[in-house]
Amino acid sequence: MKKLLLSSAIALTATGALAQVDQDAPQGGEMVVTYQDDVATLDPAIGYDWQNWSMIKSLFDGLMGYEPGTTTLRNELAESHEISEDGLTHTFTLKDGIMFHNGREVTAEDVKYSLERVTDPETRSPGAGFFSMIDGFDTWNAGEGEGLSGVSVTDDKTVEITLSRPDATFGHVMALNFASIVPQEAVEEAGEDFGRQPVGSGAFQLAEWTPGQRLVFEAFEDYHRAGVPKLDQVTFNIGLDPTVALLRLQNGDADVPGDGIPPAQFLQVVNDAEYEDQIVEGGQLQTGYITMNTQMAPFDNVDVRKAVNMAINKDRIVQMINNRAVPANQPLPPTMPGYAEDYEGYAYDPEAAQQMLADAGFADGFDTELYVMNVDPNPRIAQAIQQDLSQIGINAEIRSLAQANVIAAGGEEDQAPMIWSGGMAWIADFPDPSNFYGPILGCAGATPGGWNWSWYCNEDIDQRAAEADAMVGDEDGREEAWRQIYLDIMEDAPWVPVFNEQRFTLHSNNVTGDDSLFVDPVHIPVNYDYIYSTEAQ
Amino acid sequence: MWGYLLRRLFESALILLGITFVTFILLYLVPADPARQIAGRSATAETVANIRDQLGLNDPLFVQYWRYLAGLFQGDMGRSYLQRAEVASLIMARLPASLMLMVTAIVTELIIGLTIGVVAALRRNKPADHSLMIFSFVAISAPQFVIGILLLYVFAVQLGWFPIGGYGTWAHFVLPSVTLGLLGAGWYSRMMRSSMIEVLNQDLVRTARAKGLSKLRIVTRHVMPNAILPIIAMIGIDIGLFMSGIVVVESVFGWPGIGQLAWQAIQRVDIPVIMGVTMVSATAIVLGNLLADLVAPLIDPRIKTK
Repeated sequence: MKKLLLSSAIALTATGALAQVDQDAPQGGEMVVTYQDDVATLDPAIGYDWQNWSMIKSLFDGLMGYEPGTTTLRNELAESHEISEDGLTHTFTLKDGIMFHNGREVTAEDVKYSLERVTDPETRSPGAGFFSMIDGFDTWNAGEGEGLSGVSVTDDKTVEITLSRPDATFGHVMALNFASIVPQEAVEEAGEDFGRQPVGSGAFQLAEWTPGQRLVFEAFEDYHRAGVPKLDQVTFNIGLDPTVALLRLQNGDADVPGDGIPPAQFLQVVNDAEYEDQIVEGGQLQTGYITMNTQMAPFDNVDVRKAVNMAINKDRIVQMINNRAVPANQPLPPTMPGYAEDYEGYAYDPEAAQQMLADAGFADGFDTELYVMNVDPNPRIAQAIQQDLSQIGINAEIRSLAQANVIAAGGEEDQAPMIWSGGMAWIADFPDPSNFYGPILGCAGATPGGWNWSWYCNEDIDQRAAEADAMVGDEDGREEAWRQIYLDIMEDAPWVPVFNEQRFTLHSNNVTGDDSLFVDPVHIPVNYDYIYSTEAQ
Repeated sequence: MWGYLLRRLFESALILLGITFVTFILLYLVPADPARQIAGRSATAETVANIRDQLGLNDPLFVQYWRYLAGLFQGDMGRSYLQRAEVASLIMARLPASLMLMVTAIVTELIIGLTIGVVAALRRNKPADHSLMIFSFVAISAPQFVIGILLLYVFAVQLGWFPIGGYGTWAHFVLPSVTLGLLGAGWYSRMMRSSMIEVLNQDLVRTARAKGLSKLRIVTRHVMPNAILPIIAMIGIDIGLFMSGIVVVESVFGWPGIGQLAWQAIQRVDIPVIMGVTMVSATAIVLGNLLADLVAPLIDPRIKTK
């Protein structure tokens, strides 16, 4: 008894999200992107930093992907994606004639191999945990058994994936880089060096990699989407300080500074009329927040946490970072499905905050500590928070430490009373509201070494989160459920949501395309596949 | 001589062994857990534990150290935690660029430094001397990062004489070499000046003058060869200074050398790469010192090897 459900992604595709991207854009030309750091790896099972994330997206494809410039899921290598009524069985059928860069056709066996590779403990993939809903994950990932029992190949083109629990995020998981399809023979031939000699089925293939200097991506002629990519070649020049990258752009030697506009020159560049048409601003799936450790007095008192929420002047903090963010009032960023438009949150009101603190029994305030990562602008933001807190009598001592040390402190139950999350957490892995819950607000994250630095664990909400994720096929109901979950979390006030960072992508006049491609939520800095050259015919 | 050489080589090996030990301990003491860096923020506790286990990070410190040493003696520097590639191949891919930059920078600093030093000594206490010494003072004090950006802006962006960072042709070498060489040029000019002044006051100069030799001949044949001796001994020691400068200069100019590699490895707690780069630069410094000590008696018979 299988009822075929159309995933919401396919339904949305039909309503015209595509219209934003110019499908008839001319082909040809090239683009130069600059980066300071060398690329760590291009192995899709291993790469997990924002630099290689979108490069890997251009070299590899998974079964699922996103409409360019949006957070809308679409079928990528999959011709169809059918979900059984109980939400447990996902059947993917591959498109015909999809080629790997080595000239071999992609088969269902490759899908099975790729999923087993990323979840194999030997691979040491940072993304293995994303696949925990697949049946048989626990034994295979523990190094036992013969492969992922939940993945079975029905025929050359069809693969059936059985889950151990219904999970509405599964489509997004299959669109992660970690779920990219790789050819077994190429992986085995390259061994540990697969990350240097990547072979995928993406729009571009790697033509050259000179460590520390340059990577060259060339358009893959047999790509399964006709007319994609638009550019013939993308060159990544490595080792350029952001300030130097900006000089190169001014000189016409670079098209996109991958590390963005250097903070010191930000105002100068943004206010320069010359760049007016070359800067695209967009949202980011990011929230910066202050955690209050709910296991440590006096933050175990919800009124204290609410008072702190009312005491922080978020507008001033946003101003301080040159308006590179918008003030936040809830955990989810505005571009995330489930964001509550009408919610007003805790308005800035230091007098009411002081009153609330007095009613909670802290009329004279108290002493506490605020942990922060020691890279600009975070210490400055911490100072602003410190000043705001002192307004209501809270004396916070700033502990400015290296990133790893702050993360370590947050992972201890009784170490850090307050943490400013800037520079560390949290950017979504995929555009789904559940991604802002589990590790950072759920009970599962409130363990030693976890990322739930508030040590907030509301079992009722945990239960509702699990139920919401099991709502397969009911997108609207699920989005509403998540919206309510985050509003209820704000009642418990484990965080002060402070701001959502904005992206500002600078590009030369040589490349163009819909603005959404330059602030693509899943491709950072830009969507390499769909941007086109103004010099192309 | 051979006994001396053997003893010095043995000492150098001991120093390098000591450096592996100290670096290893320091990296072990850093509170950042490499397994968590590899695992990323979405990893479960099991994934982190699995990675720790696979990398052998759960073993006692001395077991880990011994394993590293054993590998090192077989020429195996391990694999990068993040790039998964062999550390030796990562370093070898970048070493030529750093070495070539070092050579051009040494040539640059000698040319600039010695010229300034000689001119300043001959014009002692005159305006030329004062302005040259102010220049060398600035060269010593200015941060290399600032000099690098400044040179890039003036000579690459405004004048367009050189490429804006990068690597490849001889034109690419000029600005990084000057940036890196300027600091040493500042030191050498001061040293050469005082060394020249010292020699100029010696009896041999008076004798030469008494013989009626021309001033040019006295300076080029008698003063400079004597004054330059302490400078040559300095070059070997200087390699340590270069190694620290190279990290900054390579990052400003996008120079694909080991400084850049080290900088990135440190940020990501990639211990095998940090160890590898430290070992290579430590070896360069130790060899540089050894070479300086060995060359000194050859050019100045007054120095004897013991």
